[in-house]
Amino acid sequence: MHGASVELMSVSKRYGTAVAVDAVDLKIPGGAYCCLLGPSGCGKTTTLRMIAGHETASDGSLLIGPREVGHLPPAARGTAMMFQSYALFPHLNCLDNVAFGPRMRGVDKATRQRKAREMLALVRMEGFAHRLPAQLSGGQQQRVALARALVTEPSVLLLDEPLSALDPFLRIQVRAELKRLQAELGITFIHVTHSQEEAMALSDLVVVMNHGRIEQAGTPREVFSRPDTAFVARFIGGHNVIATPGGLAAVRVDRMRLLHGAGPATPLSLGARVETVEYQGSFVQLRLRALDAVPSTAELFAVMPDDAFAARPFAVGDTVTARWEAGDAHPLRDAQPPADAPALEELTP
Amino acid sequence: MDGAGRVSGVKVGDARPVRRGRGAAYWQAAPFALLFLLFFIVPLVLTVAVSFWRFDDYVLTPELNLDAYREMFEGCIDRLPSLCVTFATYLSTLRFALMAWAVTLVLGFAIAYFLAFHVRSVPMQMALFLLCTVPFWTSNIIRMVAWVPLLGRNGLVNQALQGVGATDAPLDWLLYSEFSVVLAFVHLYTLFMMVPIFNSMARIDRSLLEAARDAGASSWQTLWNVVIPLCKPGIVIGSIFVLTIVMGDFVTVGIMGGQQIASIGKVIQVQMSYLQFPVAAANAVVLLGIVLLMIWALTKLVDIRREL
Repeated sequence: MHGASVELMSVSKRYGTAVAVDAVDLKIPGGAYCCLLGPSGCGKTTTLRMIAGHETASDGSLLIGPREVGHLPPAARGTAMMFQSYALFPHLNCLDNVAFGPRMRGVDKATRQRKAREMLALVRMEGFAHRLPAQLSGGQQQRVALARALVTEPSVLLLDEPLSALDPFLRIQVRAELKRLQAELGITFIHVTHSQEEAMALSDLVVVMNHGRIEQAGTPREVFSRPDTAFVARFIGGHNVIATPGGLAAVRVDRMRLLHGAGPATPLSLGARVETVEYQGSFVQLRLRALDAVPSTAELFAVMPDDAFAARPFAVGDTVTARWEAGDAHPLRDAQPPADAPALEELTP
Repeated sequence: MDGAGRVSGVKVGDARPVRRGRGAAYWQAAPFALLFLLFFIVPLVLTVAVSFWRFDDYVLTPELNLDAYREMFEGCIDRLPSLCVTFATYLSTLRFALMAWAVTLVLGFAIAYFLAFHVRSVPMQMALFLLCTVPFWTSNIIRMVAWVPLLGRNGLVNQALQGVGATDAPLDWLLYSEFSVVLAFVHLYTLFMMVPIFNSMARIDRSLLEAARDAGASSWQTLWNVVIPLCKPGIVIGSIFVLTIVMGDFVTVGIMGGQQIASIGKVIQVQMSYLQFPVAAANAVVLLGIVLLMIWALTKLVDIRREL
C-alpha cells in the first residue's frame, strides 16, 4: 500500500439546476491526511462521493495518481470508502464482512480469510471475528468498517464523517487511532467532517468548503493564522471579524487587549460594551458588543489569561476599549461581511 | 392539608396504571382471542374429532376409530411404486404448489426489486403498488372467467397467433389445462409474494449496496450476496402465503382446469358433498399436517421471529 495523489480539476456536480459542487480545483499530495471541512450542505460529502465513484461529476476531470478515473467504477479507482453509518452487511459476521471485497474479486477462501484476519488484527478486532455487526458497539463496528475498507489495499481511503456517530470520549480515542493508521500505512486519507477541531487535530491539509466552493485550502496552521475569508475566520473559530477602514480583517480573540473606559475608534481599536463574562479555568472569555458597528461585525470575543483577568477584572455592562496590534489584523478577501454569517457562538470551540 | 392531599393523590395515581395496565391488556386481547377461539380453534378441534368418528348410513357417531384414515390410504402402501388415488392427488397438488411458488417467487421478486430500487419517488411507488392490486378489485370467480375469452379455442390469443401465422390450428393447452391453472395462480398470488419481499427490500440500507459496489461486487454479485440474503424473511413469508393458499385451493383448479385436474381441496369438497364427513375431515387433517410441515421447514431456513 502506498498513497496516491488526488487531483480535482474544475469538478462540478449539478442536480437539475441546483449546484452541489461548483468547479472545484484541489490537489491532494500522495500520503497526506486531508480533511474536507464545512457546514452541512457545503458539498464536501458530494466531493468525496465523486472521488469514490458513487457520484458522477457533471463537469471537470478527476485524477488519482497519474490516472484519469472519472469513468471508472469505484473498485477500479484504487479507493475504498468508509460510510458514515458504517454500512456493515448485517447478515455477515465481522470476518466475512472484511473478506467480502476479496471474495467478490475471486480470491480463494484461505487467502481472503487470512487477509481479513490480518486487517481485523490491524484494528484490534481479531477477537470479534465471528460476531455479527448487531452484536458490536458503535466503536467496534467502526473498526470493522475500517478493516473492510483497508482489506482491498486502497491507495486512497475515503472517510465520510467517520466519527460523528461516536460519543465525545470515543471520538478523541478513535481520532488518534485514525492518525496512527494513516501514518503506519502511508496511504492518502480524505476525511469529511463538520468539526473544525477534528480537522485541526488530524489533517496535513484542511480544505474549508462553503456553498459548493473551496474557501481556503492549506495546513491547519496556515488556515488558522491566516484565514482568507470571513467565512473561514468564523468557521475555524477563535477569530473576530472586524470592519476596518482598509476592509474586513480577522483578529484572533486571544490577541485582543482590553482597557477600561471607551476610547475613540481608531484603525486599531474600538469601543465596546461587555455582554457576558465566562470563566473557563485557565482563561476567561468575554463577549463584547461594539458600540458603533454594523450588526454583522458588532459581536466580538476576547479571551484573557485568568490571572490577568483577576488582576484587572471586567464586569458585565462595563465600557471598554478593545485594541490590537497592526500585525495581528489579518486582511480578509471579502469586501463585505457575509450576510448569512453564522453566529460566532455556534462555531467557537 | 392541600399538599398532603395532592401527595396521596399522586401515590394512588402512580399505583393504578400498573394494575390497570395488566387487566387492560387482557381486555384488549379478548375480542380477537374470542374470535380466534370461535372461528378457528373450535372448528379445527371439531374437524380433528370428526376425522376419528364412525360414519355409516348417514349416521355420525362419536366413537373413536381410524376408519376414515384407513379408507383414505386404502391399498396405497401395497400398490407402491404405482400410486393410489390419494397419493397421486397429493403429488399433483404439491406439483401445482411448487410450480405456482417458483413462478410467483421469480415474478414477485423482480417486481419488488423494480419498485424498491428503480422507482425513485414515493408517489410513483405508491401508484405502481396500487396497480399491482388491480386484480383484487373484482371477485375471484370473475377474474378466472375473464380468462376464457382470452385463452379459449376462439379466444383473443389463439386468433392473434393464427392471424400472425404463428400457428395453423388453435392451441388447446391455453385453457382448461395445467398451464391455465398455474397462470391463474400466478395472476392471483404474485402480489402475496411481492408485498413481503418489497417490505424486506425497503428496509435494506441503500449504503449497503454502495458498500458492496465499493468492495468490487458486480450488480449480480450484489444481488446474490447482499440483496437476496437480506430479503430472506420476505421470501419465506411470501412463500408461506402462496404455498398454503395453493395447497388448499379447489376453486381455481376446478374452473381453470375444466374440472379435469385433481387436487386435495377438490377431493375434500366432493367428499363433503356426498356427506362423507369423516373421510373429508381426515383428508383435511392430513393436508393441514403437510402444510404445517412445509411452514416448519421454511421457518427452519430463516428465523422469521428474529428477522421481523
